[in-house]
Amino acid sequence: MKHLSKKEYSELTQKFSPPSKVGRNCLWAFAVGGAICLLGEILRQNFLSMGMEKDLAGLAVSTSLIALSAITTALGWYHRLACHAGAGTLVPITGFANAVVSPAIEFKCEGMVTGVGSKMFVIAGPVIVYGVLASEVYGIIWYFMNRF
Amino acid sequence: MDCCKKGDTLFFKQPPSIAGFAAVGGKKEGEGPLRECFDLLFEDNSLGEPTWEKSESSLQRYCIEQLMKKTQCTMNQIDYVLAGDLQNQCTASAYTLRGLDVQFLGLYGACSTMTEGLGVASVLAAGGMAKRVVAMASSHFCAAERQFRTPLEYGGKRTPTAQWTVTAAGALLVEPEGAGPFVQAVTFGRVRDFQVTDATNMGAAMAPAAAETILRYFQDSGYNPEQFDGIYTGDLGEVGSKLLLEILEQNGLCLKNHFDCGTIIYDLENQEVQCGGSGCGCSAGVLAGKLLPELKKGKLRRILMMSTGALMSQTTALQGESIPGIAHLVEISSVPKEEQL
Repeated sequence: MKHLSKKEYSELTQKFSPPSKVGRNCLWAFAVGGAICLLGEILRQNFLSMGMEKDLAGLAVSTSLIALSAITTALGWYHRLACHAGAGTLVPITGFANAVVSPAIEFKCEGMVTGVGSKMFVIAGPVIVYGVLASEVYGIIWYFMNRF
Repeated sequence: MDCCKKGDTLFFKQPPSIAGFAAVGGKKEGEGPLRECFDLLFEDNSLGEPTWEKSESSLQRYCIEQLMKKTQCTMNQIDYVLAGDLQNQCTASAYTLRGLDVQFLGLYGACSTMTEGLGVASVLAAGGMAKRVVAMASSHFCAAERQFRTPLEYGGKRTPTAQWTVTAAGALLVEPEGAGPFVQAVTFGRVRDFQVTDATNMGAAMAPAAAETILRYFQDSGYNPEQFDGIYTGDLGEVGSKLLLEILEQNGLCLKNHFDCGTIIYDLENQEVQCGGSGCGCSAGVLAGKLLPELKKGKLRRILMMSTGALMSQTTALQGESIPGIAHLVEISSVPKEEQL
């Protein structure tokens, strides 16, 4: 085979690889992500009209969406929507719930401790680790800002 | 031994015969254009098993049972089984073979396993070391997703260059002589790595290895592509196929009769498989289900079959290593002597 540099091959690969349909993907993400947020707002208004306090209503919305995501993941519906919606189902809190529930289902066959217990955080784990770390840093900055 | 090695290619003076073939597939494969080609199709990809790994082993078991039934053989007449799959440590094959009392050689060539197995089986048969050798390969979408990618229920969008792991198994019975189709030559591949790190673009990772093997075969044999009814690659998909043709053209070889099993096995327009099928079962299913029956009937006279493999693991991928590719080629004809073609 004639000499073909890695750089030339990389350019060829880019040339022949179809790009993502960015416009269509954005529309899907906007529509589905927006619909999930709208559902959250409808739930919040409902909780408020039931006499719940503002903070508590927000918390109830989050837990309701998480429960809904977990149930639809278990029923095998969530990933079917996600394969079109992309970031629309990934970014809201429902995406996080899906990332925890899906490995828990997948690795159930490896036992409750070594399977479900350890592998349910295989995708969401880094989000928790760096989320907690970032909040610590934010807390320290906040503490010093308020001191002076 | 009745064969000679020229360059990288082994040519058989007494070409071994593929005395039988069987292919089994899953749900999506049954919904594709090759639904009529499989001996057995399963509506439920679990095959009634509690884990996907067991499902793949069952797929292999059904496949080898079909082969034995079609060739009217029993397992105790088989000298060796050469089998491979995509699971860690080739467990789908090993767990299938624990239920069959036969000498077993596990092969790992990633998605190139079918032609690797057929090549080695042909060498064993032509060398007079075996009277009946079975070569088998399988892959299962769910087992592969779980091992190489994300859990099945995880909501993610597939990239346009991704390929869909085929749920299928193919098994072939190779004998030193018989009624054919016949394995005329084998070119075992060399590992090629062009620094592709994108695990969702396997076709690009494997295309240089495919080009290398095919160029070496034509150099060694002195034939030209027009002398074949079809030159089939395993699972390069749409992107890898374009890259292969481009590299070959740069090397002065123009392929007008190239087909890729990954684009044959599914309806790319309607089955949402992005760039096509992949996995050991892709070339195994197409070879055993479509190409060999057509060679047997004389509809095809002479083909080149080249399964392609991406030799990375999840560990090397996470460590940022690039993906090495490999491709093994076999020349198969419907008649024993090439002069008769």
